[in-house]
Amino acid sequence: MALISEGRFIEDAWRRLADEEALPRSGKVIVSLARLEHAVAHLEAGVALGVLAPNTTEPEALAAALPRLSLISIVFPAFADGRGFSLARLIRRAGFTGELRASGRLLADQYRHALGCGFDTIEIPDDLAERQDESQWQAERAAHARTYQRGFVAPGSILEARRKAAAK
Amino acid sequence: MTAHDPSLARPNTPVTTYRYDEFDAAFVRERVAEFREQVRRRLEGSLTEDEFRPFRLMNGLYLQLHAYMLRVAIPYGTLTARQMRRLADIADKYDRGYGHFTTRQNLQYNWPKLIDTPDILEALAEVEMHAIQTSGNCIRNVTADHFSGVAPDEIEDPRATAEFLRQWSSAHPEFSFLPRKFKIAVTGSEHDRAAIMVHDVGLRIMTNAAGDVGYQVVVGGGLGRTPFVGKVLRDYLPRADLLAYLEAVMRVYNRFGRRDNKYKARIKILVHEKGIEEVRAAIEAEFVAMDRGVFSYDPTEFERIAAFFTPPPYEALPAESAKLRAERVAHPAFGNFVEVNAAPHRVPGYAIVTVSLKPIGGIPGDATSQQMRVLAEASERFGFGELRISHEQNVILPHVKQDDLFDLWKLLDGAGLATANAGLVSDIISCPGLDYCALATARSIPIAQAISKRFSDLSRQRRIGKLGIKISGCINACGHHHVGAIGILGLEKKGQESYQITLGGDPTFSASIGEILGPGVTAEQVPDVIEHIVDFYLAERQEGETFIETWRRIGHARFKDVLRREGEDGADI
Repeated sequence: MALISEGRFIEDAWRRLADEEALPRSGKVIVSLARLEHAVAHLEAGVALGVLAPNTTEPEALAAALPRLSLISIVFPAFADGRGFSLARLIRRAGFTGELRASGRLLADQYRHALGCGFDTIEIPDDLAERQDESQWQAERAAHARTYQRGFVAPGSILEARRKAAAK
Repeated sequence: MTAHDPSLARPNTPVTTYRYDEFDAAFVRERVAEFREQVRRRLEGSLTEDEFRPFRLMNGLYLQLHAYMLRVAIPYGTLTARQMRRLADIADKYDRGYGHFTTRQNLQYNWPKLIDTPDILEALAEVEMHAIQTSGNCIRNVTADHFSGVAPDEIEDPRATAEFLRQWSSAHPEFSFLPRKFKIAVTGSEHDRAAIMVHDVGLRIMTNAAGDVGYQVVVGGGLGRTPFVGKVLRDYLPRADLLAYLEAVMRVYNRFGRRDNKYKARIKILVHEKGIEEVRAAIEAEFVAMDRGVFSYDPTEFERIAAFFTPPPYEALPAESAKLRAERVAHPAFGNFVEVNAAPHRVPGYAIVTVSLKPIGGIPGDATSQQMRVLAEASERFGFGELRISHEQNVILPHVKQDDLFDLWKLLDGAGLATANAGLVSDIISCPGLDYCALATARSIPIAQAISKRFSDLSRQRRIGKLGIKISGCINACGHHHVGAIGILGLEKKGQESYQITLGGDPTFSASIGEILGPGVTAEQVPDVIEHIVDFYLAERQEGETFIETWRRIGHARFKDVLRREGEDGADI
């Protein structure tokens, strides 16, 4: 798997923990949604906790664990399945400020959709990363200077720009 | 090509249509650049065809039966003379000299090359046009009443709302990968010319008891293989809540719309399976929980947009033109044109003219580049440089002085654009069918042509009166056959084209889905069957009754009966 952050491929500091693996004493681990409650109760305080959430997850299912979570990784079963974008918005609305990751066969062309919905990082399979090199992710990140929607990408809203222009 | 004589034009940059500001222009330019890059990556191989597909669709580019097809957005059906000329130029340079106006107020080119499409999009962007979201599983180009701003029964011009929604929905990060396409229509009048009851979301502008303008929100209408009339989601939604409420609708649909079967993925199926109460509860809950700060309503922005849709500088004129009255008497063909194709205007002395793109025996909705240029010229000489595309696949000149109608008619007549059949039996809505479409199961265009020729006598058509025939070449219903007073659906049965007839469809506020008349008939039989139905209606109708009124009064069974009897008598049906 390849991880993209701010338009660059970076090393992944997180490790996916299989359900049968013992909880580690250190590091950063991603557990399944099924194991989340157990991990919150038993994981040592120094270990960073992440969860892998299907795109059909109800935000309420994460609510209790939210203060303990440092990462939520939302699964995109197919790049054309946009449910993960709405789930990301709901998770941000619930107050989550940790790393929000999109995991699946996402395309560079969807980078701004992901950023606009509150994702920080994108995790894609290696074969896809070979076809979509860093330059494509960076280009897509830079290509959308303006959007009509106001979201999580701070600059760039056309409405804000119009307002500023009108105030001058 | 008709040379445009500037001396004939009024000094009239249209003042009644939205003009891009620097941000709109930059936004569209960025989309063109992005698509150019996507085409490059597709050709180079870093995007597979499956991966490229949704992005080309979001830029209006289909892969059809014989070639690519590019669907250009004409937002809320409004365009300027300059834009119409550019459409003509593109037809000549990149296509085969014509374009096809569709039931969604768009224009389709049938023969562009993939490699040319970024250049076409650039040519469109230069005149404030684009092909953004004319296809794909996103919020499609928003449609509106083609008589916007000029209809006598209008509460408010719906185009301000439609433009407001165009901007909000363009490249929306959350709603660009929906379960299926999503279509919104807006009307601001007491008569619905935008078919809002058969859209995913229909918005009807209305005022509440306090006199504030807001919207009735209808959801879950649609045609296709499972047609539904939409249900009222909110009786009255304040304007300030419009975007927030639509965000709630879209979020619920994006999360809970079915994705297991593309034919069950529209919001109408969600409404049908869960029930309007459950869907409404989910939407209202989301609306209440929502963080409004993300997209809070800005009345200044709405007013900025609305200010573009103001009336042009009309002259003060008598309600009726004496010149027109005399010309109608002197030239009967012109008189018929006025009677059928001109509609009352809200301003005294003016008329709304429907230019039919349905010449007898022609292809519904097709216009040559030469005709597009004549239309552009007509709008400049006689209509403040503004045109509309109707969902009936015709072109509207919304501000014609009654005194100018005769000169307009002569200009149109010279270009084969003066067929006096607006709303009549040969003003047929038809999808492209098997002649162009990869989905079609039967031909549509030859059927429309055959019916049109059968009823070629325009005086007979006037006697029959308003009667909408709509033809689709497959169950996806792009020709809206379900809501045709007479609907025709082309199917394929055992290698043969077979046509199913429905009666009683209605796309207006009193919407209804047509009922099937009986077993399918062959292509050759269709004109006979239609003629029998029309003759039966003429025999049964009471004074002033339209086809649909007669059908509703005497019932579907009587229409079925008469056809069955005639079949027994040996009539070939």
